[in-house]
Amino acid sequence: MTVLDTLTKALAGGRVQVVDLTHTLDPDFPVIVLPAEFGQCARFRMDEVSAYDHRGPAWKWHNISMSEHTGTHFDAPIHWVTGRDVANGSTDAIDPAAFIGPVCVIDCSVGAAADEDYTLQPAEIEAWEAAHGPIPAGAWVLMRTDWSRRQGAEYLNLRADGAHSPGPSPNAVRALLDRGIIGFGTECVGTDAGQAAHFDPPYPAHAMLHGAGKYGLQCLKNLDKLPPTGAVLICPPLKIRGGTGSPLRVLALVEEIA
Amino acid sequence: MTQPLAPPPKKNPERRTPVPMLPPGTRSRAGLGLALAAGQGRFALQVCTECGAVQYPPRDACHQCLATDLAWRDLPSGGQLLAETTIHASSDPYFRERLPWRAGTVQLDAGPVVLAHIHGDVARGARVRMALMLDRAGQGVLVALPEQETPHMQDDTILRAMGTHPRHRRVLITDARAPEAVALARALLDAGVAQVFMGLAEAWRPFPGRTRLEALDKVSLHRLDVTDAESLTDLAGAIGGKVDILINNARHIRPGGVIGASLTDARDSMEIGALGLMRLAQAFGPGMRARGADGVNSAVAWVNVLPAQALAHDPGFAGAVAAGAAARALSLSLRAELRGGGIRLLHVHAGPMDDEWHQPLPPPKLAPAALARAIVQGLEQGLEEIHAGDVARDLAQRFAENPALLAREMEGGA
Repeated sequence: MTVLDTLTKALAGGRVQVVDLTHTLDPDFPVIVLPAEFGQCARFRMDEVSAYDHRGPAWKWHNISMSEHTGTHFDAPIHWVTGRDVANGSTDAIDPAAFIGPVCVIDCSVGAAADEDYTLQPAEIEAWEAAHGPIPAGAWVLMRTDWSRRQGAEYLNLRADGAHSPGPSPNAVRALLDRGIIGFGTECVGTDAGQAAHFDPPYPAHAMLHGAGKYGLQCLKNLDKLPPTGAVLICPPLKIRGGTGSPLRVLALVEEIA
Repeated sequence: MTQPLAPPPKKNPERRTPVPMLPPGTRSRAGLGLALAAGQGRFALQVCTECGAVQYPPRDACHQCLATDLAWRDLPSGGQLLAETTIHASSDPYFRERLPWRAGTVQLDAGPVVLAHIHGDVARGARVRMALMLDRAGQGVLVALPEQETPHMQDDTILRAMGTHPRHRRVLITDARAPEAVALARALLDAGVAQVFMGLAEAWRPFPGRTRLEALDKVSLHRLDVTDAESLTDLAGAIGGKVDILINNARHIRPGGVIGASLTDARDSMEIGALGLMRLAQAFGPGMRARGADGVNSAVAWVNVLPAQALAHDPGFAGAVAAGAAARALSLSLRAELRGGGIRLLHVHAGPMDDEWHQPLPPPKLAPAALARAIVQGLEQGLEEIHAGDVARDLAQRFAENPALLAREMEGGA
């Protein structure tokens, strides 16, 4: 029996479960808000073309529009100025092997519950490795904060001094890059913390990850349903020519250990 | 003396909602001039440029000298009631439902003797103040009003039948986040509205007016995004049968020309300002059009707030103003579509607002409270076209005089 035979049988038999890490694309789902004078991220929009009516008697369909960075989405290296010269750095050019891989989940939910500006530190990465083994090169690392449970205004958590939401510290990003990860994902609207404009460097996850040719995932959910290690992440973005990112369906395969 | 209108009782769900009927609406091309003046709240009649004779009813040649150059001029609105009667029987389906109805003849100070609708507070033989008003069919008609204000005069049967006064009515304002939103809600409450529904897009973004709106009695916030058809369907499903006046103040004004400007902003301006109007009309138009004769709080008016420069263009706000012009064009079509239900469509052309997007512009700028006042006055007077603020009034005047010249002037940012 091949490896894939084993996998499909395990999927059919329920030993491997598919976990959906994706929010529903919804016009009212928050998008990142930039200072008003900058171009803004478009929300998801949907216009009915027909609904079994005079506009098309037997079919229903919609025209949709959105930003590449709307809803649960993928960030390609060329999204950030530091990654502009990364070879094959757009969604259509990235090696598709990057879209399936092992995933490590670092649980920061306790810290994020206590502090909305919580930042992940290298010490916590080391503690995680002490418990679960080293983060393998080529792995996806997801930061679980349970932030996806927040609704409405609580999600972006915007105040007069900007957004307040958790993210990685610059040193944590460096530590992850040292381990050769392929990408980093969060439950918040961006891979960076809400206050990351004030970090050194600003927006460390965007600046350093994309500069190093790594990928980002944000607006994830259901990270509490993943084990710290051992799951497989599946996250292929749309093949947009020159795409800087894309909304996508993010899935994880989780094996039930008897 | 006019009896003050009592708040309407709850609707009897067993009774059929009356089908909106309209008064006779056919006019000659010359006669449509009365509607234009009435929609702007002006008392204007044709005056012969040859011999100076004032004409009524409107015509194509002077009744005195047969000259054909008859210009619409604002005239003194005083008059004297000559004879009056109260009509108790009519074969016209619209008037049959609204009897008794007062009518009479008035000697205008401007010259002609006219047949007019007579307000209930006008005494026999009294001096009157004439108003050109739009009737339910959208045609300009003459109404004789008491020379001085009388208590509750806006509640008169004839004025209520013709006008769009917000008293006892329920209003939907589409954008709670707009600069004038709080002032507008307050001004409507002062005018006696029963309820104000306020639409809020992106409820997850804080805005300073929120706490002030939440503190107002009879004001409620609802999820409404003119770019999200589903949110409109949902809200129309909930309150569509209670929206008597809809004020669409959703607009996306951003600076920028054409070359080098943000297409994203221009698209948002179109999506919100123009296509948003269309989505809104598809969700709320049918219900309003069906409720044009639904008692004291019948559906009565739709208001679109447009940038004043939509009449021409503005190189400093090219995309936003283009969206405004597109919205105006859609709105004119909507006006025709709502007419059958007796719903009036009011354009409020707003000059540059005193807000963050017009910060570098010199005064005069339009204060949010002034825009709110203009909207409510437009509704109280039953108008179709108003220009709020000095800049808007100036643009409208120049547009009326010579649209091509105005376009040329605007190139210089005038």
